[in-house]
Amino acid sequence: MLRTLARRLAGLVATLALISLALFLIIEVLPGDPAAIMLGTSAQADTLAALRHQMGLDEPAIARYLGWVGGMLHGDFGISYSYGVPVSQLIGERLAVTGPLTLMATLISLLIAIPLGVFAASRPGRIVDQGATLFSQLGIAVPNFWIGLLLLMALSLHLGWFPASGFDGWDHGFWQGLHALFLPALAMAVPQAAILARVTRASVIDVMNEDFVRTARAKGLSRSRALWRHVVPNALVPVATMLGLQISYLLAGAVLVENIFSLPGMGRLAYQALAQRDLVVIKNVVLLFAVIVIVVNLAVDALYLLLDPRLRGRS
Amino acid sequence: MRAGMMRWLRDNKALAAGLVITVSIVVLALLSLFWVPMSPTKMNIAQKLKGPLENGFSSGLLGKDHFGRDIASMLMVGARYSLTVALASVAIGAMIGTALGVTAAARPGFTGAALGRLNDAIFALPPILSAIMLGALMGPGTTTAILAIGTFMIPVFARVTRGAAMQVRARDYILAARMAGEGEVTITLLHVIPNIASQIIVQVAIQLAMAILTEAGLSFLGLGTPPPAPSWGRMLADSQTYLLKAPHMALAPGLAIALAVLGFNLLGDGLSRLIDPRRRIER
Amino acid sequence: MSASIARTLPFFSARPAVLLSALMAASALSLALASPAYATRSDLKIGMSIEPAGLDPTIAAPVAIGQVTWQNIFEGLVRLTEKGEIKPQLAKSWTISPDGLTYSFTLQPGVTFSNGEAFTSETAKFTLDRARGEKSVNPQKRFFAAIDSIETPDATTLVLHLKEPAGNLLYHLTWPAAVMVEPKSADNDKTNPVGTGPFTLKSWTKGDRLELTARKDYWDKDKKVALSDITFRFINDPQAQVAALKGGDVDAFPELGAPELFDGFKDDKKFIAYAGNTELKVVAGMNTARPPFNDKRVRQALMMAVDRATLIEGAWSGLGTPIGSHYTPNDPGYVDETGKLPYDPEKAKALLKEAGYGKGLTFSIKAPQMSYATRTSEVLQAMLADVGVTMNIVPTEFPAKWLPEVFKGHDFDMTIVAHAEPMDIDIYSRPDYYFGYQNPAFNDTIATAEKTTDDAKRAELYGAAQTMLAEDVPALYLYVLPKLGIWDAKLEGLWKDEPIPSNDLTGVHWKD
Repeated sequence: MLRTLARRLAGLVATLALISLALFLIIEVLPGDPAAIMLGTSAQADTLAALRHQMGLDEPAIARYLGWVGGMLHGDFGISYSYGVPVSQLIGERLAVTGPLTLMATLISLLIAIPLGVFAASRPGRIVDQGATLFSQLGIAVPNFWIGLLLLMALSLHLGWFPASGFDGWDHGFWQGLHALFLPALAMAVPQAAILARVTRASVIDVMNEDFVRTARAKGLSRSRALWRHVVPNALVPVATMLGLQISYLLAGAVLVENIFSLPGMGRLAYQALAQRDLVVIKNVVLLFAVIVIVVNLAVDALYLLLDPRLRGRS
Repeated sequence: MRAGMMRWLRDNKALAAGLVITVSIVVLALLSLFWVPMSPTKMNIAQKLKGPLENGFSSGLLGKDHFGRDIASMLMVGARYSLTVALASVAIGAMIGTALGVTAAARPGFTGAALGRLNDAIFALPPILSAIMLGALMGPGTTTAILAIGTFMIPVFARVTRGAAMQVRARDYILAARMAGEGEVTITLLHVIPNIASQIIVQVAIQLAMAILTEAGLSFLGLGTPPPAPSWGRMLADSQTYLLKAPHMALAPGLAIALAVLGFNLLGDGLSRLIDPRRRIER
Repeated sequence: MSASIARTLPFFSARPAVLLSALMAASALSLALASPAYATRSDLKIGMSIEPAGLDPTIAAPVAIGQVTWQNIFEGLVRLTEKGEIKPQLAKSWTISPDGLTYSFTLQPGVTFSNGEAFTSETAKFTLDRARGEKSVNPQKRFFAAIDSIETPDATTLVLHLKEPAGNLLYHLTWPAAVMVEPKSADNDKTNPVGTGPFTLKSWTKGDRLELTARKDYWDKDKKVALSDITFRFINDPQAQVAALKGGDVDAFPELGAPELFDGFKDDKKFIAYAGNTELKVVAGMNTARPPFNDKRVRQALMMAVDRATLIEGAWSGLGTPIGSHYTPNDPGYVDETGKLPYDPEKAKALLKEAGYGKGLTFSIKAPQMSYATRTSEVLQAMLADVGVTMNIVPTEFPAKWLPEVFKGHDFDMTIVAHAEPMDIDIYSRPDYYFGYQNPAFNDTIATAEKTTDDAKRAELYGAAQTMLAEDVPALYLYVLPKLGIWDAKLEGLWKDEPIPSNDLTGVHWKD
């Protein structure tokens, strides 16, 4: 098991090296000169040159790549062109929004998906099952930015139950923070819940047909006890895997939803930084997104090994 | 005969519904090449924001947009762009992804591991962000959308086909073929791919749905096909500030997207059940 | 109801009608009834679409920087009023020598920066030398090019010697790019701005809000600064802007992002909705250096194919002022040129035929992503189609891609952009500017105007320049974007028009 994890870690480093190089190359060929964007349409050649020098853009590409990677190893991510503050500070501030938002969306989606999937699977073909199927089909089909817009219209603008935009930070209290993040988290959670409900249902049906469940039932264990005691824990492994696979889509959803709800999160930071060609911010934020996706998937794999002893010997 | 058809329909509800929806959308898209109720590009500022049939048939079945264009006609033409982008990007993803997947399965050593890392790298980047970067690089447009979405289909297909190919490779007949002296390329082309084709087809249907959804997201951000070509995502984006004044502007394209995605998803579900009633859906 | 009561009280912000805030408002109400003499609010929450890129207007061009800092944090030697007049500020008076080559400023004594440093002629010299020096990254360095040398005979006297007369020097000194900074803090102004203005930076939550707080030691006692705390909220989405206004999250949005949402406030008695003037000239610039637009007849034909009123109605809900040249009605010396090439599709077709494009003309427009640009392009596309012209829209990311491709690379047929800089008609005389427009007579007129210190004469020369552009149409002159201001009806003193992009909040106060 340790060897498996060590191999995965080595693979992780290789993947990250590949991503950082690809990112750097993309940013290198990205049209748009950050200095020209800063100085606008009346800029003169001499001021542009002075600013490029100040930004370190006149150094050769290799030096800049190595400088970036070397700096990261020391925990130095560089200074944002547009804000003039360290990128690590910016990312820290934004993670305080995107982190809880993504977690909340995940929790909401699990709270919807698991009961729905389990109930649907325990009564296949019945009205609950058909309702669950309908929900998951529709939930997957409707774009999350669209759900976000509709929720914003109905619950914020019309009913005034939730703030329509922005985030006052966590200083005003935990509950107020959660309150402000609830709608965007819900918008992100619905498509996730739809997918997870489907996986849960299929997985529960699979496990219910396995021998050990039949044996347990034959030994006189009640249906619901067998379901919650034996079936559900085993059926959650594929759900966890799907969660890991979906993290990339979830973070992508955060980009759109944060824009619709004007939340100062990582997704909006990346979007704005790209518009302003704040290259230092872009490469670090995108890399961080990649790290999150990879680490979450690694964690899911580790969890897999823990949850399912049968897999320990394999791979 | 009739009873048989009814039974087939009862057993394959999802497939039937998926077929009806997708075929209708394809037919409407093709019809728009020859006929649309009104011009989808002709502006009529005097008619702007008019609701469905508000001025009789002159304001259109689904109403007018902020430039007084006919929304029903725009949706029909928009279906064409949506389908084109979806088909082209899934074709890219399926071809490259399958090639990578079966290669990785055939060469589990260094090549397989390297391809695995490449896959992980593409997969680790949130699709919308990478698409925005690609848009910045190449400029927004149909080609950009196709490439951006196609790239993100690659790891999906690679994963599915690699897993399936590995299973097939463990079968006896592959061993027999290898004993008979067939090369790896021949084995892959003649024995592996035909045996995993059904799973690829199911995946194609599901990914078509994903592609339509992603294309709408890109167009929503202004990275899709440029105007005057109507695109569903851009229609949604345009509708955003008119939600209170003209909700019909937002409802029609939103429903069109949802219906198309639903159609292809049902098709994928139905196909997978048809092929293997017990198989789970991979996404 | 409860929300509107809460808003008139200090320390209570009106949030959406959540139970909690409703309770707070109710208790506030009883509090108010118990003590009838309560103070007027002195805080202001103001919304902006775009967040500034740093807070030093002397090292970066984005207008959002000036919209936060100009007059609020930083002040100049001279300032511009809402009407566009030049008034004394840190310089209380000045004299200009008859040859226009020597400017002598008498500076305000007793002015301090927010870090306690005194403002003297030395500080002013430092600021100007920093802006015009070798290492300068000032976005408007050209403003200071005419300065030959600077003298500081005493602490309150500043003398500028010019190489040649510069009629616009005083006007340019009012700009955000010319505000006064101080040697010890100048390098950090981007994150921690230190100016002579009545407010200082309190905090900046990047991506969300920025807070200013009033200085106790502000020098100008004649100026009645009523606000004590200002919060700038950055909300990009127009729908969310409206929601923030209606929910009381912001008290004012001086520039609402979407004209179609402006109407909704007109009948709302809680708000004042005012469409003011700006300097944002929406023009569709053409590449006059290459076919088809090197032919003046083609450019004129396209101008005549445009029905400006319908265009403004379609693109910007009818809110906008048609223009016939590169000048806005609020600038001194404005001449209405909208009648020079009026809408006449038949004449346009005839002219196109004469120029050899009778069978049709196809070209592309590089359109930035801003909604005014995409919408105007779409309407323009439909109008040009009526005279047999096919215009393909090529979405072009602004500024990242637009700058290298269009502005610098001159690789375009037509483009569309709102020129934000006030009084920038001289751009048509700059060598290598993106229109590729070359007209010696025009260049002479601009050069003479720039050297003329007599206001009336200068205005006349600018009038002549406008007429030349209206005749030659190097760009399709379309309209001036309105300043769609919305603010709480109890708020007074916000600028209705903007002769320069800004949010001067020094005169803003709440009615009791």
